[in-house]
Amino acid sequence: MTGRLPTFLRAATLGLVFAAILPAASLVQAQSSGGAVKTLREEPLTDLGTAPELARQSTPADGFGRAYRQQPPLIPHKIDGYQINTDNNQCMSRHDWPANTRYNALKISETHYVDRQGARLDKVAGTRYFCTQCHVPQADAKPLVGNIFQNATQAK
Amino acid sequence: MSTTDLDAARPGVLARLWRWFKRPSAIGWGFLALGFFVAGILFWGGFHWALEATNTEQFCISCHEMRDNVYQEYRKTAHYSNKTGVRASCPDCHVPKDWRYKLVRKMQASRELWGKAFGSIDTPEKFAAHRVTLSKSEWRRMKTTDSRECRNCHNFKSMEFTLQEPRAAKLHQEALNAGKTCIDCHQGVAHRLPAHAPDAYTEMLDTIDKVGPIQQAIDFLQDADVQKAKAAPR
Repeated sequence: MTGRLPTFLRAATLGLVFAAILPAASLVQAQSSGGAVKTLREEPLTDLGTAPELARQSTPADGFGRAYRQQPPLIPHKIDGYQINTDNNQCMSRHDWPANTRYNALKISETHYVDRQGARLDKVAGTRYFCTQCHVPQADAKPLVGNIFQNATQAK
Repeated sequence: MSTTDLDAARPGVLARLWRWFKRPSAIGWGFLALGFFVAGILFWGGFHWALEATNTEQFCISCHEMRDNVYQEYRKTAHYSNKTGVRASCPDCHVPKDWRYKLVRKMQASRELWGKAFGSIDTPEKFAAHRVTLSKSEWRRMKTTDSRECRNCHNFKSMEFTLQEPRAAKLHQEALNAGKTCIDCHQGVAHRLPAHAPDAYTEMLDTIDKVGPIQQAIDFLQDADVQKAKAAPR
């Protein structure tokens, strides 16, 4: 052999390869629709289905800790009915300085007093105003799928 | 001649009625007493009926000022709907239960008819503009009466701190020790807060004893302890 196959042979090889792959691919497709991998919904789309059970909120006394450096801390207490609107931000009535010292609450990060031009402000920056965009409460719920996530401290 | 005699002997209808009224017979007294008794029942009962009829949520939200603003806000809160189904409706928080306090509050509230008649809060804009005044007035009432209406249901003595969320238990114990009252922390539990609520609350505390003679009289009749509220820790 010279290392270069004649054109018709190359075409024939390609054809054979496809012939081998295509049935295998369709087999995989058949398996996934045949029930080997279940959807999280577990019911046909045409059915209304049953609502998942409601999970209670997780409220650990000493907070959640962080999984990695830049993670916005999670909220370890109930925030039902807290008003965050144009008139008020009720989170700030406890987590803003100096109120946080009186109520023994955590102060929001200093970065939250800096606006997008880099100017330091006395009040929380408008870009950080809506706390629940990043900071959220946690439900005490069973994970839907397996998860091998390790947080930054465990992975080190 | 005889007719004139008869006329003289028999006085006119009005005169006879007047005489009957002036010197009632025994039966007349009886009727009089019965009349007063029945009138008493009607008036006292009617008074109570009116007092109770105006002390319902249905009455409160019969005006659009209440129905479209504060009632809609309240419907999203725990005092309207919660896991146990115990509900506090408008008068449970805004009208005292005790008869004498209730009567004073009702008399005071008659001023709201003036507001209704002249439409002082009849548009969303007007309501928003007045919200801080309305809030401060209710905060002051709660503050000076040691949150009396809250305590009809929520009592520190019956509060089991160990069943509360840790941070709530800690803060409740601290508040109890410091002599604080419910409204000091729990503002806006049933309605939207006015703009810059914490500042507005401080302002209310600063001017808590700067009120006119009518409010002073109301405070006196409500057993409101303004001095204690003023001296309480912030």
